[in-house]
Amino acid sequence: MPEKILLNSSDIERALVRVAHEILERNKGATNIVFVGIKTRGVPLAQRLVAIIRGMEQVDIPVGSLDITLYRDDVSSLSFKHVVQQTYVPFDITSKHLILVDDVFYTGRSIRAALDALIDLGRPETIQLAVLIDRGHRELPIRADFVGKNIPTARNEEIKVYLSEVDAVDKVTVMRTEGGKNELK
Amino acid sequence: MSLSEPRPGTATRETLPGPSIDFWKHRHVLDLDDFSREETDLVFEIAEGMVEILDRDVKKVPTLRGKTIATMFFEPSTRTRASFEMAAKYLGADTISLDAVRSSVAKGESLIDSLRTLQALEVDAIIMRHPCSGAPYIAAHNLDTSIINAGDGWHAHPSQGLLDIFTMRQQLGDLKGRKAVIVGDILHSRVARSNIWGTRHYGMKLILCAPPTLIPHGLPEMLEKCSLGHVTIEYDLDSAIKNADIVMPLRLQKERQQSGLISSLREYIQGYQINAARLAGAKPDVLVMHPGPMNEGAEISPDVAYGTRSLIEQQVTNGVAVRMALLYLIAGGKNR
Amino acid sequence: MTNDRLLIKNARIIDPAAGIEETGDILITKGKISKTGKNISAAGAAVIDASGLIACPGFIDLHCHLRQPGYENKETIATGAAAAARGGYTTICCMPNTNPPLDSAATVSYVNDIATRDAPLVKILPVGCITAGRAGRELANMIELSAAGCIGFSDDGSPVSDSRIMSLAMENAAVLGLPVIDHCEDISLSQGGHMNDGWVAVRLGLKGIPAAAEEIMVARDIALCELTGARLHVTHISTAGSTQLVRDAKQRGLKVTCDVTPHNLTLTHERVMKVQDDPRTSLAYDTNARVTPPLRSPADIAALIQGITDGTIDAIATDHAPHTIEEKLCEFENAVSGISGFETAFGVLMSLVHTGRISLNALLTCLTAGPASILRNGAGTLKPGACADLALLDIDHEWTVNVHDFLSKGRNTPFAGCKLKGVVVATISGGCLSFRHNSLRIS
Repeated sequence: MPEKILLNSSDIERALVRVAHEILERNKGATNIVFVGIKTRGVPLAQRLVAIIRGMEQVDIPVGSLDITLYRDDVSSLSFKHVVQQTYVPFDITSKHLILVDDVFYTGRSIRAALDALIDLGRPETIQLAVLIDRGHRELPIRADFVGKNIPTARNEEIKVYLSEVDAVDKVTVMRTEGGKNELK
Repeated sequence: MSLSEPRPGTATRETLPGPSIDFWKHRHVLDLDDFSREETDLVFEIAEGMVEILDRDVKKVPTLRGKTIATMFFEPSTRTRASFEMAAKYLGADTISLDAVRSSVAKGESLIDSLRTLQALEVDAIIMRHPCSGAPYIAAHNLDTSIINAGDGWHAHPSQGLLDIFTMRQQLGDLKGRKAVIVGDILHSRVARSNIWGTRHYGMKLILCAPPTLIPHGLPEMLEKCSLGHVTIEYDLDSAIKNADIVMPLRLQKERQQSGLISSLREYIQGYQINAARLAGAKPDVLVMHPGPMNEGAEISPDVAYGTRSLIEQQVTNGVAVRMALLYLIAGGKNR
Repeated sequence: MTNDRLLIKNARIIDPAAGIEETGDILITKGKISKTGKNISAAGAAVIDASGLIACPGFIDLHCHLRQPGYENKETIATGAAAAARGGYTTICCMPNTNPPLDSAATVSYVNDIATRDAPLVKILPVGCITAGRAGRELANMIELSAAGCIGFSDDGSPVSDSRIMSLAMENAAVLGLPVIDHCEDISLSQGGHMNDGWVAVRLGLKGIPAAAEEIMVARDIALCELTGARLHVTHISTAGSTQLVRDAKQRGLKVTCDVTPHNLTLTHERVMKVQDDPRTSLAYDTNARVTPPLRSPADIAALIQGITDGTIDAIATDHAPHTIEEKLCEFENAVSGISGFETAFGVLMSLVHTGRISLNALLTCLTAGPASILRNGAGTLKPGACADLALLDIDHEWTVNVHDFLSKGRNTPFAGCKLKGVVVATISGGCLSFRHNSLRIS
């Protein structure tokens, strides 16, 4: 099956606006909130949410970026390592409501790794998870607090998020892979 | 969302956060002569990520949890060994340290036998320093365990070369067209050799400056045969240091004077010591590096060693980060 | 072989000492060459079909180490002789760096007795020490050694650093009519060095041994040779400079001869760094390539080959030096020097013939007539009446060196796994087969 577009640029924008509203509602405003995006695409998503909130509440919320490579738990062979990038969270997260942002929520393992990384950086009051797409198939007991769009998928499908900050275009697509396409060698 | 059973045989990977590294093929880190530009850049990129961890209060990540890194130093060393051990510990690994001076090696056990014991203990990597050039190569040829060379005889000290270049890039950015001068006992220096190999990818000029007795006879031919055209040899320090961006004196060991390789310490200082007066000929913002340990008053004057141009402290910090990057690449993940 | 008549048919006979090269038969009777010629028939003789093979005098090795007495874990006279026979050698000269060294009639007699008992099919000629205990301080009892059968004097393994001692030794040797065989090495320059002083040593971070360390002693020995009138034989030369020194000395009419090893003719110092056909790209630090004198540069090899071609170099000697595995399985600078060379010598040397760098005739001269002229014992020829020492050679036979097939205890060779072209098919010593290859056709 060729790559099929599920969300276009304005769909993504609408979803993010709604999520931003939900965040403000849940936290009764924008005080004491910080955003941390999981690299790579969680970061521009976090920045967009912050921009939307700035438009609504006229407050600036700090955004950090988190690299979880060193916290991954998956088996990786020598030939399939990942480049470690820099974590950049230049503000105190202790006692804050930390909104963790990622693009696709799937097995939950990335979020678990992110939680480990955040605990090493400080002690937030709460950690709330905001994701653009939830595609199901959780392997760990983790849930998202804010979801842009639920897209039930089959295991042999792949959801790809494209953001203009990284990919020059905004869209979310689904594609069938041949059983083991996105399997690790 | 409800949990569902993963279908047997399918992986459960999520979209990867960054580029994967298919081109990293090293099982060992023996010298920088077989590191491509891509691979050296990769180490630097990862080391930058590691530098951030060294700034945290809790300097620990779980990446090498459950792994054991063995250090086997057949030559005394405080700094390099401590640097590697800390790197391993910050990555969450367990470390064991064999001081070969007191261990069974002193009882006449051969190099290979000592290392086989470590292999049988299933350590994940061996960090090795040895007074004989080539010892880590013998180890790598005869064992399955990954070997990281922490210095072998006169031959190589790859992690030092990497941290030196990393430090230069950190301070100067793009190294293209920059000039670095290494001054001192080139003949016996594994640091100089690894820097020669490491800098070849970066468009720098590297000058080796020493009295003739401390430059190996075969060095010009070696540089030519190995296509290391960015390196030149210069006996006069003032000529070498002109417009230099980086000056790196090497430790002068007292034994060199005893074995007749230099006439006297006084003459050496006069000709080759790095001090404020000498540095006047270099660029005004010249930076000074040193692989350590320093012989203050010999190859370097104390005011320069501890002055504002000195990068020696950064070298130490960067050393841990670079070694963390190497350990991540060699011991991270399930090998084989 | 108990038959007292052996007929070799249709061989390409090459006898450099007699200047003969022709196809024909050789008849051996009671251990001597009885006649050579075409279409010889001999009823009741064992017959070797030597078509396609070369028949030449058995090889003579002026320099080898048999390790017995004292180092029997590395080699014994029995195993060394078997390996020599496999290499085509019918006469070998063993060096005196045994333990105890060959500096007395008693030890020389011991070696002679063991040789007679354990290696009856290889002529083993002992070389006596120059100095007592090879310590370089006092002369050994050279007259006694000569009477016990020594064919020359050497402290090999070590040089004689004291020029005065060397001068006295040469005076004595001159009177005895025997050569002084010197291992030329200036220890003050070579000390602490592990390989040739060149770009590879810099690459590998190893201390080098400069060519001058050898050349200084060659020059010194030539001056002493001139002074004393002794016969000087410089063994295992390795540099262009040494070759030129010998050439000049010969031109001046001095009694100087020299030999070179197969490995110094074919391997450069780069061999320490990498092993041919090894897929690993990292540096080898191959201790099998550690030898004294060390493997040198391509320019040195070219000069040595020129020396063979123009007769400056009289002989090729293996310097067969077997060692145990443990002594080589270690750091390069701690590894012992030496190559187990008998069984690869001919195959390795044939590579020079096949690539046209030396002629087959020059090679066989250096293996037979050349060393024979230094021993002056009438060996090294196939004239009728000569002792029947021959080698049968297949110069086109391709084979791969497998150290596990070695008859020598020493497996230490940089030629392990090499593909060679040229093999000894049979070695005949005093009319008896001391070695036969499985391709030998004999009835």
